[in-house]
Amino acid sequence: MLRPISTIGDYVLLMRRVLTKPQKGKLFWQALLFEIDQLGVDSLGIVAFISLFMGAVVAIQTAYNIDSPFIPMSMVGWTTRQSIILEFSPTVMSLILAGKVGSRIASQIGTMRVTEQIDALEIMGVNSANYLILPKIVALVLINPVLIVFSMWLGIIGGGGAMVFAKLVSMNDYLHGIRTDFQAYIIFYALTKTLFFAFIIASVSGFFGYRTDGGALEVGQASTKAVVVSSIVIILFNLLLTQLLLG
Amino acid sequence: MIEARNINKFFGENNVLQDVSCQFHPGKTNLIIGQSGSGKTVLMKCLVGLYEVDSGQVFYDGRDFSAMDIKQRKEIRQELGMLFQGAALFDSLNVQENVMFPLNMFTKKSSEEKLERVNFVLKRVNLENRNKQMPSELSGGMKKRVAIARAIVMNPKYLFCDEPNSGLDPLTSNLIDLLIQELTYEYGITTIVNTHDMNSVLSIGDSIEFIYKGRIWWSGNKEEILHMGNKELNEFVFGTELTKRLRQ
Repeated sequence: MLRPISTIGDYVLLMRRVLTKPQKGKLFWQALLFEIDQLGVDSLGIVAFISLFMGAVVAIQTAYNIDSPFIPMSMVGWTTRQSIILEFSPTVMSLILAGKVGSRIASQIGTMRVTEQIDALEIMGVNSANYLILPKIVALVLINPVLIVFSMWLGIIGGGGAMVFAKLVSMNDYLHGIRTDFQAYIIFYALTKTLFFAFIIASVSGFFGYRTDGGALEVGQASTKAVVVSSIVIILFNLLLTQLLLG
Repeated sequence: MIEARNINKFFGENNVLQDVSCQFHPGKTNLIIGQSGSGKTVLMKCLVGLYEVDSGQVFYDGRDFSAMDIKQRKEIRQELGMLFQGAALFDSLNVQENVMFPLNMFTKKSSEEKLERVNFVLKRVNLENRNKQMPSELSGGMKKRVAIARAIVMNPKYLFCDEPNSGLDPLTSNLIDLLIQELTYEYGITTIVNTHDMNSVLSIGDSIEFIYKGRIWWSGNKEEILHMGNKELNEFVFGTELTKRLRQ
């Protein structure tokens, strides 16, 4: 019972060290650009692949499940749009990124811990938590919304593509559905979630990597814990934010 | 001078350091020796503040390090360099960037001045023209030398070396020992070397603290160590086949 509370306490204490002004601005900006490339640009491929296919699957399933002649086929476009923007891109994509990016962050920082590189930073007088984790958090908070908007766009295109190739719904109907009853607020809702999820992925993974102790086995365990805990926290925050923003 | 006064350190119920008091003098290579698990590394980590002591004090030239806050400790830490057992070079940075890191972080020198300083210390450790190599492309001895270059690039007053010879062949090991000793004499650094290598003890041990089961068991120097009647010390010193034969 006490262990989760103690872990949350350790996390808060670490974040107090992380969320401070960088010791050297120039080095921070260099690290930030590097992390944007490593965590964001490097994830474009997997985001594109999954989004296209998931969009297609959502559209096909919707099209096959519309039996009633009273429901217009443009509903396929509407449903695809709503599913992609409200849930698939911000939440499911963030869960996938928690696996890809989270394990990378935890294993990188964990390896630095067990090979004494973090001790070397501390000995020099560097705030190692701030130096290593802050650029990753800022980079992911900046790049995650871009990835998610990219995912939304590709998901909707994937759905349209599937409709055209499978000849289930005409492109006109699909596009009509995409435009029907569009409220910009759902984009705000989705991007707000995205920002929270980005912070959760980078900070939780950084935390588990930073407190690694031991060797290669423990680095692997830290990486797994980072992904599992990030995913659980994302799911919990998804519920909370959805109730707050849409309730 | 670095002084440890009555240091105690516990890990759970295990009292790893028991009332340890010792002094480490400037311009000398001060060795902490002892068997694996005797508490050498814990003592060194307590001295540099990587572990908090449970009781006792650490003084850097009379300044009470254990009573300092984080900001004051940072100032002291900029006066010390450390060579880690595994070198602890940053994997993502090349040799030049590794050595330049403290200069980038803590000085306002121009790029030319920093590069000049980096080249100077790399030359000092006999690693010229290796600037662009990555740590993964270096041998164990080279990594240690880059780590020494990084440790001395800020002109430290205190140099800590944790098992500088581990994993090295006897010749390379000897080169590293002599390099540490030369730098100590040349710059008047207070150097503390953690080792269980008897070659190092006999070649650079200006001052030696033998630690046994978490206590300082014997203090002396390389001239005295071979002639002591202390049972535990003799078991350590003459523990290898080579030293046993030499003794006979």
